[in-house]
Amino acid sequence: MSVTTFPSRGGAALQRPGRLARLFDYKPFLIVMCLAPAIGLLLVFLTYPLGLGIWLAFTDTTIGQRGIYIGLENFQYLLKDPLWWNAVFYSIFYTAVATFGKFALGFWLALLLNNHFPFKSLIRAIVLLPWIVPTVLSALAFWWIYDPQFSIISYLLVDVLHLRDSNVDFLGSPWPARFSLIAANIWRGIPFVAISLLAGLQTISPSLYEAAMLDGATSWQRFRYITFPMMMPILAIVMTFSIIFTFTDFQLVYAITRGGPVNSTHLLATLAFQRGIAGGELGEGAAIAVSMIPFLVFATLFSYFGLARRKWQQGEAND
Amino acid sequence: MTDVVASNVASATPDTMAWDSRTRRVVMIYLPLACFILILLFPFYWMAITSFKPNAELLNYKEHNPFWITSPTLAHIKHLLFETSYPRWLKTTMLVAIGSTFLSLFASTLAAYAIERLRFRGSPYVGLGIYLAYLVPPSILFIPLATVIVQFGLFDSPLALILVYPTFLVPFCTWLLIGYFKSIPYELEECALVDGATRLQILWRITLPLAVPGLISAGIFSFTLSWNEFIYALAFIQSGANKTVPVAILTELVTGDVYQWGALMAGSLLGSLPVALFYSLFVDYYVSSLTGAVKE
Repeated sequence: MSVTTFPSRGGAALQRPGRLARLFDYKPFLIVMCLAPAIGLLLVFLTYPLGLGIWLAFTDTTIGQRGIYIGLENFQYLLKDPLWWNAVFYSIFYTAVATFGKFALGFWLALLLNNHFPFKSLIRAIVLLPWIVPTVLSALAFWWIYDPQFSIISYLLVDVLHLRDSNVDFLGSPWPARFSLIAANIWRGIPFVAISLLAGLQTISPSLYEAAMLDGATSWQRFRYITFPMMMPILAIVMTFSIIFTFTDFQLVYAITRGGPVNSTHLLATLAFQRGIAGGELGEGAAIAVSMIPFLVFATLFSYFGLARRKWQQGEAND
Repeated sequence: MTDVVASNVASATPDTMAWDSRTRRVVMIYLPLACFILILLFPFYWMAITSFKPNAELLNYKEHNPFWITSPTLAHIKHLLFETSYPRWLKTTMLVAIGSTFLSLFASTLAAYAIERLRFRGSPYVGLGIYLAYLVPPSILFIPLATVIVQFGLFDSPLALILVYPTFLVPFCTWLLIGYFKSIPYELEECALVDGATRLQILWRITLPLAVPGLISAGIFSFTLSWNEFIYALAFIQSGANKTVPVAILTELVTGDVYQWGALMAGSLLGSLPVALFYSLFVDYYVSSLTGAVKE
């Protein structure tokens, strides 16, 4: 039955396909064809530049001039450069404080959003807005909020609440500028952390909480011994991502302070841009960019394995 | 604070429960939630209100309440649309975002199909390799990439951005689509194979139609990410006419020492609207892609 109907149904498809169609049905060829666009793009625009960047870091290339190999000279220069040390310090400080802030506040927001209340999905959608909108554009809004003369925060503190006598100088001196940038980064990062952790919270089975309630656990104990350990795997992933992208942040600093005042808020990425693209010293810029890699690898290993190991230990204890 | 609450829960007698349910809910949930929403939304409110304020109100807090507008004006938006190249920047950004979205959807659909459905030796490693590409931040790559772009003769061309953006879009989309293809029963494809369909026919006629929600999620994600991209657009585009909105506002509109805050905020507002609108149409897809990717 099926044998007789086969040619009539598949006839058009079976006879027409010439060598080309049969070639596309040959699995190894198809696999290569399917992977080619993605792998090709990534090799040409990601792997090759990554290697090229490491090579450039060992040359004295400038814009418009091919460099020659100069060994570790760029790095030796950086090690003696107080601006580079300053950028290393601020990159670490920025990442540490901003990540802590994002996760503390984001976790709190996720716990709040995990309750039942009216317009829940609308509120969840609104909360993500800072994450959706182009960072540079919200950074401009922060720049305006931090304006030395017309800052709305200064207005609130001075004219409405009478807590201060003079306007806050947010971006004029090093430490306030550093913290202002961190605040903007935290503001932007909270939604991502909160929504990702909310997804994790929703996978925790309610029966665990019920069992704990029956045993008389307080809400803090339920958080400490159920929510927190169950969230560890997701926390590890989200934190790894967050650390990588906070450490290599560029947009916020470039948009708000461009590294100033007196180069106090340079991150490694903005310093690399200033030297490499704006200053034309491609080799030195590449060396600064490459100098981020060890920090990134360390931070990734630390956050990923640090958190993952604790999860594993807890799992052992519970089993 | 936590002590009070904890003791309340521990000694959950009916008396304290009455206080619990109402006041506690307001203090513990609604109040902090309201603060969060207020702070998260305030910069947008400030952006919006600044773009419609006349300059006289903008710079005079003594006589005008800064939180409100008494005589709204469209002057800033008019200035932006008719006296700057803003429409052109919007068009370029749109072109780049749509182009790179389609390119990365094409590449990552095929790659995800090959990895998940054509299963071959080492396919998990290819998947992992593509995924690891996501962990390489653009800040490390932009200097060497700039020289590559110059070598290819693409400097200052939007095409450079269309080709480069997939480097951070493809890994994410591939990962998302692999997860999505996994959820489509393999039996459907086997049936089609038995009926004599070619592999490409199966992909086009059976797998893709079923994966539309996954494709939409990946598409929205790609569109917003490429709309928001900054560092590559800043490094690879030189001429004012070819810039994308985020770069152009920062480099072309910020001039001199006196900032045109009205026009700057109007530009930011208009530049944020397309993504915000696009996002609001597909919120559920967006949230599911974000959370789905994390859960994987």
